[in-house]
Amino acid sequence: MDSDDDFNSSQLSDDEIMDDSDVALDDDSDFEMDQDDMGFDSQDKDIKPAKHAYEVDFKVFSPQQIQSHQDKQIEEVSNILGQPPEATAILLRHLRWNKERLIDQYMDKTEETLESAGLGESSESNPPKLEKIAGFVCDICCEDGPELDTFAMRCGHRFCLDCYRQYLFTKIKDEGEAARIRCPGEGCTRIVDSKSLDLLVSESLKDRYHELLTRTYVDDKENLRWCPAPNCVFAVECGVKDKELMKVVPTVHCDCGHYFCFGCSLNDHQPAPCSLVKKWLKKCEDDSETANWISANTKECSKCNSTIEKNGGCNHMTCRKCRHEFCWMCMGVWSEHGTSWYNCNRYEEKSGSEARDAQAKSRQSLERYLHYYNRYANHEQSAKLDKDIYLKTEKKMTQLQNTSGMSWIEVQFLDSASQALQQCRQTLKWTYAFAYYLARNNLTEIFEDNQKDLEMAVENLSEMFEKPIDQLQGLKVDMLDRTAYCTKRRIILLEDTAQNLRDGMFSFELRKS
Amino acid sequence: MFATKRLQKELIKLNEKLPPGITLVKADDLKEWLMDIQVMDDNPIYKDETYRLKFTFSGNYPIEAPEVVFTPVQTPSRPIPLHPHIYSNGIICLDMLAREGWSPVHNVESVCVSLQSMLTSNTKRERPEGDDKFVKYNTRRPKDINFVFHDNGV
Ligand SMILES: [Zn+2]
Ligand SMILES: [Zn+2]
Ligand SMILES: [Zn+2]
Ligand SMILES: [Zn+2]
Ligand SMILES: [Zn+2]
Ligand SMILES: [Zn+2]
Repeated sequence: MDSDDDFNSSQLSDDEIMDDSDVALDDDSDFEMDQDDMGFDSQDKDIKPAKHAYEVDFKVFSPQQIQSHQDKQIEEVSNILGQPPEATAILLRHLRWNKERLIDQYMDKTEETLESAGLGESSESNPPKLEKIAGFVCDICCEDGPELDTFAMRCGHRFCLDCYRQYLFTKIKDEGEAARIRCPGEGCTRIVDSKSLDLLVSESLKDRYHELLTRTYVDDKENLRWCPAPNCVFAVECGVKDKELMKVVPTVHCDCGHYFCFGCSLNDHQPAPCSLVKKWLKKCEDDSETANWISANTKECSKCNSTIEKNGGCNHMTCRKCRHEFCWMCMGVWSEHGTSWYNCNRYEEKSGSEARDAQAKSRQSLERYLHYYNRYANHEQSAKLDKDIYLKTEKKMTQLQNTSGMSWIEVQFLDSASQALQQCRQTLKWTYAFAYYLARNNLTEIFEDNQKDLEMAVENLSEMFEKPIDQLQGLKVDMLDRTAYCTKRRIILLEDTAQNLRDGMFSFELRKS
Repeated sequence: MFATKRLQKELIKLNEKLPPGITLVKADDLKEWLMDIQVMDDNPIYKDETYRLKFTFSGNYPIEAPEVVFTPVQTPSRPIPLHPHIYSNGIICLDMLAREGWSPVHNVESVCVSLQSMLTSNTKRERPEGDDKFVKYNTRRPKDINFVFHDNGV
């Protein structure tokens, strides 16, 4: 296997689980291989080739790599234009790092290009300077006097030095701006160039300014994005363009471990396209009052009415008193779940006769929304509970080992199971937003079947975590199987959906409020 | 404080002369001022009404925009003007008052004049979309709200 591909994965790759589920999971040689690779591989990684329809090509960069990329580009363009590197950097930033456009413009209208970036002929012979002007009154602070230092760029909007400084300080320190700070004059679009800035601000502010300038390199490039994980310093490169986002959901995986969407920077939301996610989140926020989602963890058994508490993520509930097995989500009988005719995930439209008047229609549309919303919210909640119970289990097992002197119990399989569960619930959650907007056609049923299969696989794995600790070791093989099956179902769902999305086989009712 | 001299100058000017329809109500300190504005043509939406504006200045004024909101008063009657960019709690969505649109050259008077003309040119008797929810749930200061200035023609 090509070890490059797994450089970043914190868990086993999807392929291994797909191809040879029995052997691969017990084999930890991959991890060793990964470590060996780090020595020579971290400097310049190739773009990870996409293997599945739902995967996109991407590359992760460290701050050093970003800097050296920038330097390389500056050097290259500097040679073409015959301008010193400092001036080239200003020109590149001015044109938002669009190299081709800069070269074209420069060749076409050299003087104008230099002038607009604040580097014109005049700025060579006439560098920015402070002046004292008789009769000057500063429009910002209303100070005047012959001793007042003043400054104006070539647009002629003149202000006193103190005001200019205060203005730049606010922009850089408080607002984090750098490459595109405008002249303080009303409606003026002139950008404060770095030579003027160097004249006006203190050394410490200059450092911050140059730091921010470096950040603009990533901000300006359409194919680069900062990883949104808190404190993460990596940037990711991906070729997916904004206009393709209705056809592809570009989930990328940062070296820090975070999975996020390159299109919108939110957490991984496959299989739902960005625009749909945005609309859904807005709707959930707007309708937060009407949604009847109750995060309470108790419900009544539909058979004996005794109170049942949910303390794990699994939605397969068994009443302690009467042993009635039911689904937490729909309160339906569990044994019927997973059979071909019972559909916990599917929303059954009521026949037209029931919804003739406006009121009935609006009730029906609310019911429909709640069907999807409650399942969406339930998976979110269950993922949290799954995680809690896993952490508790892990802790108990460690304690057990320490106190009883028991032999080391292998817990890696629990960790893999927990991670798979988190990932699958995340996917399931978004399938409900997806289904809410999906216009019915012949593919809807296949989508819903995939959704149902993944859901059942997930609940079957989730319930393992509720087993008594002392039984867990004996359930290892079973757990590994269920983990592999979950991952497999997830891949099938994502693959199918991504392919159809790419081929334009789905249509969405985005006007649905 | 940075704002002091500038605000003192503005105050002197406001006490001397103001454009028609703009009155200084209260400016006891350099933190918060009250202004009244009226629409001077006969736009039926705003005819015979006067509106109260509250300006709040930070120490960094005028580098930073002031916070400007309409504030309701019972007597004398000062309602919140009906406008597609003015929420019923008095918060105003105007690019001039936002970070990107503000220039330190603007002042209290020019803000009042801009708001007057924003009312004068309006023909729609409506509140912004989502007014109910915004008024009910918004807890952010006006300057922290990311308004989208899609139709500045209104
Ligand atoms: Zn000044
Ligand atoms: Zn200017
Ligand atoms: Zn990261
Ligand atoms: Zn996205
Ligand atoms: Zn029961
Ligand atoms: Zn169910």
